[in-house]
Amino acid sequence: MGAIKVSNLGKAYKQYGNRWSRLAEWILPGAAPRHKLKWVLQDINFELAPGDAVGIIGINGAGKSTLLKLITGTAQPTAGSVAISGSVAALLELGMGFHPDFTGRQNVFMAGQLLGIAVHEIEALMPEIEAFAEIGDYIDQPVRVYSSGMQMRLAFSVATVRRPDVLIVDEALSVGDAYFQHKSFDRIREYRARGTTLLIVSHDRAAMQSICDRAILLDGGRLAKQGSPEEVMDYYNALIAEREGSTVEQVVTPEGRVQTTSGNGRANVTEVAIENEHGRALEILNVGVPATLRIRVRINEALPRLVLGYMIKDRLGQQIFGTNTHYLDHALTDLAAGEVVDYRFSFPLNLGPGSYSVTTALTSSETHLGDNYEWRDLAAIFTVVNMNRREFVGCSWLEPQVEIQR
Amino acid sequence: MISRSMLGGVWRYRGFIAGSVRREFQARYRNSLLGAAWTILNPLAMIVVYTVIFSQVMGNRLQGNTGHFAYSIYLCAGVLTWGLFAEITTRGQNVFLENANLIKKLQFPRICLPIVVVLNSLVNFAIIFGLFTAFLAISGAFPGWTFLALLPVLAVQVLFSIGLAMVLGVLNVFFRDVGQFFGIVLQFWFWFTPVVYPVTALPEQYRTWLSLNPMAAVVQAYQGILLNGQLPAWRSLAPVTVCALLFCVLGMHLFRKRAGEMVDEL
Repeated sequence: MGAIKVSNLGKAYKQYGNRWSRLAEWILPGAAPRHKLKWVLQDINFELAPGDAVGIIGINGAGKSTLLKLITGTAQPTAGSVAISGSVAALLELGMGFHPDFTGRQNVFMAGQLLGIAVHEIEALMPEIEAFAEIGDYIDQPVRVYSSGMQMRLAFSVATVRRPDVLIVDEALSVGDAYFQHKSFDRIREYRARGTTLLIVSHDRAAMQSICDRAILLDGGRLAKQGSPEEVMDYYNALIAEREGSTVEQVVTPEGRVQTTSGNGRANVTEVAIENEHGRALEILNVGVPATLRIRVRINEALPRLVLGYMIKDRLGQQIFGTNTHYLDHALTDLAAGEVVDYRFSFPLNLGPGSYSVTTALTSSETHLGDNYEWRDLAAIFTVVNMNRREFVGCSWLEPQVEIQR
Repeated sequence: MISRSMLGGVWRYRGFIAGSVRREFQARYRNSLLGAAWTILNPLAMIVVYTVIFSQVMGNRLQGNTGHFAYSIYLCAGVLTWGLFAEITTRGQNVFLENANLIKKLQFPRICLPIVVVLNSLVNFAIIFGLFTAFLAISGAFPGWTFLALLPVLAVQVLFSIGLAMVLGVLNVFFRDVGQFFGIVLQFWFWFTPVVYPVTALPEQYRTWLSLNPMAAVVQAYQGILLNGQLPAWRSLAPVTVCALLFCVLGMHLFRKRAGEMVDEL
């Protein structure tokens, strides 16, 4: 229960030349089709085993929501097929099709019945739904007076009141406040641990990487990439930067991770190292030591402006710290071809034990959407270990001074 | 025409259908002070208006029947049943558009939606017609056993309404003009059906045209039963029965063929 198999899936919308051509096509016998097919999804193939958690990413209009609609069966595919086993709970867009004039409670019954739950069961589950949504007296108010966050809370509570075999969530959670996001992600994690297959659309990198074990990138209605969330996310970021159309390259590092590089190559990073206070490049550093990130950049073509950015990420690819020389007021201008620039960023290494990676970006402005000279994920990897500090947990080292009064 | 899986789907979602009918009934009167009384007051007002204007002011009398309430009964027989027809068709033609929100977000048998509309209309009709029956009994105008002859006529009329509503409902998703157009058609149709006036009020040469109007036969059957205690001329209902079946087949065909495409248009 909970397997999904998507084979050669495609969806096209009919586009008619003018308002009358559909009528003509319907009525005139034997007439040639008067519509053009506008493909929004094509050749999508992937499989989810029961218990898999897969994230779908892509820019707006890439076909993510359409794909979820096809999988849940609300829309019919034009080509290919979807096979899905077990019970499905889906949160497509906002509100689950609540009726604005009915009260929250009535809508819960309606939505519950549409999910195939019998009335007496919904009655029994009602206190739990109310408690999880935490919308108080609003439950007996018409849904039209709800805020979008409240609608989402109620929708999520109903859809997930029973553990489904497959849970499909389309960005709905981003509407909720931080408190409810935590709460709903906890529930999703719990269900996942108990074997629910999860398919989620999100732009939230952290959420994606902490919940999903695989990611799928849709681009222009096609499956552009499938792999670990870190790999796909990096590729996605590179792709956004790459609108101008130079290449994106991914290589597998000796440790088995995928390094993504992209950019037009007008400048590139030739060396990245983490040095300790004695200027020695190390791969293993102690918690809290003064460290220096040294980056050497080579200019291949004359550049009007150069901004170097770096990002330290943890093992899961979650962002720990990032900045760039624009924010640091050290952007360089008028660089000549062949120049070599050495950067040194010094900071106390207040990180918790674990493995970290450095991503570098060479651009003309503070965002990597400007002129992208080079983007390099996993440019360097280092490990922080706790050699002589007091025991602690977490990804940062915030050693306190203790003062106690009694 | 109707597949086993479709019936199975409807059966599995019977809870939703029953719940929707109840909720819609409640919601309709939730924000009003008089509540369900409006279900009755609306047609009652219409009947009073027509009775006053046509029966008293215009001095219109039904030929051959001089009972005190004769015109009112005649009017009710037509207005109430026409109301059922109008409610099923006008709500049916908008059912998919109104529930676009639901259709786009949840997977369930779409056929449930028109079923809810029909059941709802029948509930409303049962209330008002029940009161009318009570009025007949009290005023001593109850037609006796002939009253049961209403059931087959009603069945034919509902079938006709459902078929037409399905056709309009599906077409309206793709061609929004259909809804506007039918609103106008319905007005003409009402006045071309002997609901308010007796057939005899029509000039001789136009009466034959009435046989082209399926609703005329139905309404006349009701009037005959309720006013004169007369069994309907069953043969006169044959054309409307054929029309009803044709519309049902066409409606289901359209629905099955276009249900998938419908989601894309909403």
